[in-house]
Amino acid sequence: MSNLGEPVPRSDGKIKVNGSARFAADQSLPGQLHAVFVSSTIPAGRVANIDTGLALGLPGVVRVLVAGDLPPLHADFNETMVPPLATKSIPMQSDEILHEGQPIAIVLAETLEAAEAGARAVRATYAPAPYINPEAAAPDAVDPERGGYSYLDASEFLKGDPEAAMTSAAHVVQAEYAQPTRHANPMEPSAILASWSGDNLTVYDSVQHLPAVQANLAATFGLERAAVRVISPHTGGGFGVKGYVWPHELLAAMAARVMRRPVKLVLTRRDMYGMVGTQPRVTQEIRLGADSTGKLVSMTHVVSNVTGLTEDYIEFATVPSRSFYACDNISNLQLVRRGNMTLPTYMRSPAEGPGSWALGSAMDELARAVGMDPIDLRLASYAEVDPVSGDPWSSKKLREAYALGSERFGWRSRPAGGTLDGHWRIGCGMADCSQGVTRFGSTVRVLLKADGTARFESSLCDVGQGPATIFAQVVGEILGLSPDRVHAVTGDTNLPPAGPTYGSATTISTGTALHQAATAVRDRLARLCGWPVAEIAMRGGSIVRGTESRTIEAVLSEAGVSELSGDGALEIENYADAGLPGFPARSFGAIFVEVGVDPELGLLRLRRATGAYSVGRILNARTARSQMIGGIVWGWGQAAMEASHFEPSLGRWHAKDLANVVLPVNADIPPEIDIAFVDEFDPNAGPLGVRSVGTMAATGVAAAVANAVYDAIGIRVRELPITPDKLVQG
Amino acid sequence: MRNFSYAQATSRADAIALLQQPETMSIAGGTELLNWKRIGIVEPARVVDITGIPDMEGVEALPNGGVRIGALTKLNDVAQHALIRDAYPVFSQAILKAASAQIRNLATIGGNPLQRVRCAYFRAEEPTPCNKRVAGSGCSAVAGIHDKHAIFGWTEDCVAVHPADPPVALAALDAAYVIENAKGVRRVPVQDIHVMPSENPAWHNILGNGDLITAIEIGAAATTSAYLKIRERESFEYATVSAAVALDLDGDVIRRARIALGSVAMRPWRLNATEQQLVGQRIGSSEAVAAVDAGFVDARPLSSNAYKITIARNATLRAIELAARAA
Repeated sequence: MSNLGEPVPRSDGKIKVNGSARFAADQSLPGQLHAVFVSSTIPAGRVANIDTGLALGLPGVVRVLVAGDLPPLHADFNETMVPPLATKSIPMQSDEILHEGQPIAIVLAETLEAAEAGARAVRATYAPAPYINPEAAAPDAVDPERGGYSYLDASEFLKGDPEAAMTSAAHVVQAEYAQPTRHANPMEPSAILASWSGDNLTVYDSVQHLPAVQANLAATFGLERAAVRVISPHTGGGFGVKGYVWPHELLAAMAARVMRRPVKLVLTRRDMYGMVGTQPRVTQEIRLGADSTGKLVSMTHVVSNVTGLTEDYIEFATVPSRSFYACDNISNLQLVRRGNMTLPTYMRSPAEGPGSWALGSAMDELARAVGMDPIDLRLASYAEVDPVSGDPWSSKKLREAYALGSERFGWRSRPAGGTLDGHWRIGCGMADCSQGVTRFGSTVRVLLKADGTARFESSLCDVGQGPATIFAQVVGEILGLSPDRVHAVTGDTNLPPAGPTYGSATTISTGTALHQAATAVRDRLARLCGWPVAEIAMRGGSIVRGTESRTIEAVLSEAGVSELSGDGALEIENYADAGLPGFPARSFGAIFVEVGVDPELGLLRLRRATGAYSVGRILNARTARSQMIGGIVWGWGQAAMEASHFEPSLGRWHAKDLANVVLPVNADIPPEIDIAFVDEFDPNAGPLGVRSVGTMAATGVAAAVANAVYDAIGIRVRELPITPDKLVQG
Repeated sequence: MRNFSYAQATSRADAIALLQQPETMSIAGGTELLNWKRIGIVEPARVVDITGIPDMEGVEALPNGGVRIGALTKLNDVAQHALIRDAYPVFSQAILKAASAQIRNLATIGGNPLQRVRCAYFRAEEPTPCNKRVAGSGCSAVAGIHDKHAIFGWTEDCVAVHPADPPVALAALDAAYVIENAKGVRRVPVQDIHVMPSENPAWHNILGNGDLITAIEIGAAATTSAYLKIRERESFEYATVSAAVALDLDGDVIRRARIALGSVAMRPWRLNATEQQLVGQRIGSSEAVAAVDAGFVDARPLSSNAYKITIARNATLRAIELAARAA
C-alpha cells in the first residue's frame, strides 16, 4: 500500500470559498457593543491623562474604559504559565507604557463606526520616558525568571570541544546572518466576541488553541474552567500569532464584564502590529569547521533575537546546528536583546525557520570553500542518529529525499551558475528543510450512528490546513466509511479538549487520539456482532468476517443501539514532547530553487522550485501538497521581500499595514512548484505513521534562494530580505 | 470618520460650483479618498460625486493626430482602447502595470495623478512629523526610513516621491491635463500639476478650489515607446523606479528621445540633458550610455537610497532598448 493518501478535496472548501464559513469576526450577539482600542503613541513612559469628553459626546459611543475601570486580575492569574499565556504584561492594569501601540483605553459603542470615531476623539497625554530600541540593544544572557519561554528548548548546548576542533579543521567558514522582524498578518485579524451570563463567560475567538484561552480567561476572573466556553469553528489563518493567549482577549472579556453586555473586538491591521506577536529580528553568528573530505568537525552557533522588556522570548534558531548534521563538536548559545516592543512569538516557521536560513547559507559557503556539491557535503555529515541524544530517529529517509528532489529538479545537470537568459542570470540553490516533531496531549470522541454515518468531536481548531478532511479519512479508513460519511464537530471547549493547531502537531497529536477512538468504536461493533475483533474488516459501510457481511445500520438496529461511541486520548507528560520516548522524531527534506537575477535592475525572481520531503505517511496528497506550496511561498516572501522595520526615532513599527510591507502575490509564484514525498510509514512516531508536514515547508527556502543568488551573480547576501539594493550592480 | 454631506454633480459647471465650497472634495473612483478618510488624512465636510457628469468618459481621436481622454475614463478602459494600445504603448503599459485589475476597473485616469505620496510617515494612522500631513510639522523621512524615496528635487522638508505610473508615461508623451474652473479652461503639462517640495512641501498638486480635471490630451502617436517598472514583487506594488521612453528613430539612430522617470521625485522626472545628448546617437552605443549618464548629474541620494540612482540609470538604458525593439 502506498503511504501517499487519497487526494480527497477539502470538506470545508466550498464554505470557505463562498463565504458562508463563519469566523470569529462574523459572529454577532444581540445587544453587543463594538470595542475599538485607543493605543499609546509613545513607546515608553506613563499615561498622564485621558480626556474622554469629546468621545463620549459622539452619537453611539456608550463608554470609554480606562485603566481604573477594568477589574483587576484575579489571584489565580499569578499561577498562569507564560506560555501558553503570551505575556503577563496586561495593558490597562496600570498607567505604565511598555511599547508603542499598547492599549490605553477601550471605546465601546453601538456601532463599529461610532467606536472608531470615538477612539479618534479620545485625547491622551503622556509622561514619556527614554525608550530602548531593541534592535540596538546589546545582547544579554537569557533570564529564566522572565517568563517560561526558556524552558521550551536549550539556550545553551555544548558537545565535545568545538574550539579545539575548529583550530584543527581543514576548512573553516565564519559569517553573520540576519533577518528582520516579520509580522504574520493572517487574512483574518485576531477577533473576539465575549459574552457573560452571570458568572459564565462565552467567547467566540480567532485562535489556534481553544483550551489555553479557556484556562487563561478562567484564571483572569478566578473562575472554574467549566465556566468559560471558547468557540472557534474556523480560524482565518494564524501562522503562530494566534497560538498563545494575548492581552486583547482578556481585555475584551473584562470590558464585557464591566458593561454587562457582549463586547465584540476585531483587531485592525494597525492593532496586529501592537497587540499580538511577531517573528523577531534574529542575528546569528555561525562557524563551521570541516576536515579535508568535507565532513563537519566543529560547529558554533550564537543567536540573538529582539524581545520585549517583560519576558524573554527566545527564537531557538540554534536548533538546526544541533540536529541537522552529524558532528562531534557543537556549541550553541541563545541571547536576547530587550527593548520597548511587543513580545515576539513563534511565527511560521519558528526555530528552524531562522536557523535554517543561517545554517543553510553557511553550509553553501562551506561547500564552495571545500569544492564539493552541497548535497555531497551534507551526505558527508549525514546524521544517522539525533546528534543531541544519540538516540535513533523515529524514521529518517532524507537520503531518499535528496535523491528524489535532485532527480526531479535536475540538480546534477543544472545550468552553470550565471547562465544568461536574456538579461536574466540563472542561479540554482538548495538547502535542508527540517522541523522537529512536537506532540501535545489531545482527546477526541468518535460516534458511529445508526444511519451508517460517523462523527468525531474534538475542540481542535482549523486554521485552514484541513484537519476535518484528513481526520474524516482516518475515521473512514478504520470504520470502512467513505470520508463524506464522516462529519467533524470541532472548535468548542464543550467538546473533548485537543492540543493546539501549531507546530504541525495536529495530525500526530489529535490524529493519534482519533485513531484510538475510532478503533474502540470498531471493536465495540465487532463485539455487538459477537465476532472476534481480530477476524473482522470494515468495508463499504459494513462489517465483514470471512464471507459474512452485515451493514452498520443493521447491526446497530438489531442491537437497539442508536450510536456507538469511543474515546481516544494521546496522553503526554509535561504538556508536550518530541515523539515517542527513545525515538526523537523530526521531519526532513530538501528544497531546490532556480532563480533569475537581473543585476543591472536589482531584480530577483523565482523561476521554479522542487521540494522533496521525508515526513512519514501522507494522509491526503492534496492537502499536504497545498501546505508545502504555501510554505514555499511563505519562504519566498521571507527570502525576497518581507520586513517590518523598527523606526528608531519614533520607537515603533514603521509601516503598520500591508501597503509598505511587501508580501508575495500570485504573479511572483511560478506554476513550476514541484512537491514530492518519500514513500514512508513511521511506525515509531505513532499508529498513523505520520510525523509533521506544514511548518517545515517554510524552512530552508530563504537559504536556498540566497545560495541560488550567489550561484547566479556571485554576491553572498547575509541579511534578509534579498532586495534590489543588495543586488544591483553598476 | 467625520460625517460628510454627499452631492452628485450633474454637469461640469455644477461640479465646479460645488467644489468651490469650503472643505469640499471630489470623488470619482474613490480608490484614494476612502483610504485618506480611513487613515484620517482628510476630513472633508462635503464630498461631490463627479461620476455622473456627461461627456467626461471615453477616448477620442483629435483632428491634429493626437487623442483626448475623458477624465472619468477607467484606467483599464484607457489601457485597452485601440487608439491608446496601438499609438502609445508606453502609456498602455504604464497603466497595466499600475495597481491591481480591480483597482484599475474602478479608478479614473483623471483621478490617478491626484493620489498622494505613499511615504509611510505620511500614511501613518497616528500622525508623525510630516509636512504633507500637517504643514510645518517637519519631515520624519529625511533622517528616517527612506530607501524608496527621492533622488531628484528633494529638500529637507520633503523627500517623498509621487507614486503614480500613468503620469510618467504621459510626461514622456508631452501630454497635458485640461483643467476647468469658473474662470475658464487651461492646459497644464502633465508633470507640472505636481508641486515640488522646493515650491511648497505641504502641497500635493496645483489644483485649487473649483478646479476640475476634465480631460487629458496627448499629441502625435508614439509607437516606438516602452515603459519599464522596477519593483521587488511582480504585481500590485508601486515602482522602486520606473522609466518611460518614447523614441523617434532613423534606423538605429535616435532622432528624438523623450524620457521620464517615475518614483524618483515628487513629479515625473524628465531627463532633459539625456534627451538632448541622445539626438544623433546610435542605440546601444557608448555615446548613448554617456548621454544617459548625463541625466543623472543632478541626482542626489539620501543616506540609504543611492542604489536607486544605479537602478534608474540602468532602467533608462533598458527602457531605451525596449522602446527601440518596439519600432
